[in-house]
Amino acid sequence: MPTMNIIEAVRDALRTEMRRDPRVVVLGEDVGKFGGVFRATSGLYDEFGADRVIDTPLAEAGIIGTAIGMALYGLRPVPEIQFGDFIFPAFDQIVNELAKFRYRSGGQYPCPVVIRTPVGGGIRGGHYHSQSPEALFIHTPGLKVVAPSNPYDAKGLLLACLRQSDPVLFMEPKRIYRASRGEVPEDDYTLELGKAAIVREGTHCTLLAYSGMVSIAEETAKKAEAAGISVEVIDLRTLLPFDIDTIIASVKKTGRCVVLHEAPRTCGFGAELIASIQERAMEYLEAPILRVTGFDTPFPYTLEHEYMPNADRTLGTIRKTLEW
Amino acid sequence: MVAVQMQDDLRRVLDDEGRVLPGVKVPELSEETLGRMFDTLLLVRTMDDRMMRLQRQGRLGFYMKSIGEEATHFAVVPLRLTDWVFPSYREQGAWFWRGYSVENFINQMFGNEKDPVKGRQMPVHHTARELNLVSISSPVGTQIPQAVGAAHAAKIMGKDDVAMTFFGEGTSSTGEFHVAMNFAGVYKAPVVLVCRNNGWAISVPTERQTAAKTYAAKAVGYGMPGIRVDGNDILAMIQVATEAVDRARAGDGPTMIEALTYRVQGHSSSDDPSVYRDPHAPEPWEKRDPLNRFRTYLKHIGLWSEQLEGSIVERHNQSITEFLGKSDKLGAPPIESMFEEVYEHMPWHLAEQRDWLLQQARTKSPHAH
Repeated sequence: MPTMNIIEAVRDALRTEMRRDPRVVVLGEDVGKFGGVFRATSGLYDEFGADRVIDTPLAEAGIIGTAIGMALYGLRPVPEIQFGDFIFPAFDQIVNELAKFRYRSGGQYPCPVVIRTPVGGGIRGGHYHSQSPEALFIHTPGLKVVAPSNPYDAKGLLLACLRQSDPVLFMEPKRIYRASRGEVPEDDYTLELGKAAIVREGTHCTLLAYSGMVSIAEETAKKAEAAGISVEVIDLRTLLPFDIDTIIASVKKTGRCVVLHEAPRTCGFGAELIASIQERAMEYLEAPILRVTGFDTPFPYTLEHEYMPNADRTLGTIRKTLEW
Repeated sequence: MVAVQMQDDLRRVLDDEGRVLPGVKVPELSEETLGRMFDTLLLVRTMDDRMMRLQRQGRLGFYMKSIGEEATHFAVVPLRLTDWVFPSYREQGAWFWRGYSVENFINQMFGNEKDPVKGRQMPVHHTARELNLVSISSPVGTQIPQAVGAAHAAKIMGKDDVAMTFFGEGTSSTGEFHVAMNFAGVYKAPVVLVCRNNGWAISVPTERQTAAKTYAAKAVGYGMPGIRVDGNDILAMIQVATEAVDRARAGDGPTMIEALTYRVQGHSSSDDPSVYRDPHAPEPWEKRDPLNRFRTYLKHIGLWSEQLEGSIVERHNQSITEFLGKSDKLGAPPIESMFEEVYEHMPWHLAEQRDWLLQQARTKSPHAH
């Protein structure tokens, strides 16, 4: 089985689906001849041509707006927003249009658009190349939000997104785009949306993470193990709809839970997870559920390493729940 | 508001009274087509009148009339049914022309159990997929890049379909307008962009929307032709729209049409123009009423009689009365439908919320309609 990094896995998924389904087209800034600033679409222009790998003018509202029209007409567009931080000019098209088309038309117009965008910090990108805006989109009825953490999941989840008809925001962890390598089947396979993965089993505390934070969660679990603490790491993979059953089963088993995300804390996705868990498993909890998150500040440049959650902070927070 | 005068660049077929201007080519339309156009114009005006009266009686929540602007809707006449229309919220005539039924129109007004959009949008936000009339949304301009995308998709898929989109002059101030014009120009997309310049964006007059001499002039910056047309002249509307649609279908790219007209009444049932506009301002435009002008034209070519018009209006009134009566007997969409079609398959969290709501005591709507 070949090994790939996340970029290669994304590209492999796009190529696989473009070969299989002539309706799939890729569009965005620099995605054509150049192959994207992160090279996710590299080689696709040569294989599929300018009609299916479309260099767009530089305007996110236009990229998403035209992608919506393409989807309504019968294509399966996969727009790339070059950085998640640049998605906001298209916010109205995503929130008020894309996510609402099926509903507001009485089911007459599904709108199958899969938006790919790199998210997260750790690349010395400052405020405009580092944000994690998932909570804004998880709060949007009609959208699905998917956030893979590794190459195998990236390919299987992206193929799954391309084979269903709801609009998806597919968030890719850019810090580990190349650093995360793993075996990825050359074959066609899909991973069911809405299903989390238990990355590591444990008994003392459940640690919920997604996207770039899963690798931090695994590092935390290893450090914890050395200290005699058994941590169960769950990679949520799909954030909306999230896998409540897997989460609750784990929390009932461990009795403790910590949520780890990079995005700002207030009204972050962690808040929703904690609310949902305590509604269903209050009597199983031995301690309050705690969070390790980014801060409610804009994403900093020089002090990025202080902003980013890390294994030590996460382990410290797990200890706090154990000592509660 | 400067009264619009008939500059050289303004395309017209009929004069203000409805006589064919000397030396002008009249679009070739069959008697049947002319008859359907008149019938549809009368349906729009009859429907607008009836719906606004219902709104004033408190029986309908909201309405938007298009009196005086109806001729602009007929830009869709040269389209095939396989072509796509991305409307704003004031093109009733385009809907009826393409076959949208009085029954669906009325059921949408009331958001009842037979509403094609299942009570999920306020009045005048129609959808008719079978007619390629795309779902309307309230934020202005969002439909313009979508129309460009659909047009470009047709090109990619090797079909010769054309997309047409409608918007007002106020919408030309939005980012979406400029973005879409630019994409359309770059892609050479088969799209026709109809800007209905009715002089007013709710209370804000056209001179607060642009410092450009005309809206059509904006097209130049995007590498496409911009055509100005008398929007109260139904024959001129069809003429310029035909040229634009033919151009798009031939692969020659997009056209922007500025249709000059006037909003002689309020923006919507919630508006009161007396607060911000000279009550005499609409008068010059009332004299250029598109229905009167078309009627005069039909009379001149022997296709109009008072009896004919009376029978058409009577038929429309009867049909509206019939479906209003039927609508009165229809209930609201089922509660469960609120949770359906958010996604293709209902996810667990929506199912859970639905089940919870169904267990609660029922709430009575505080609204009479």
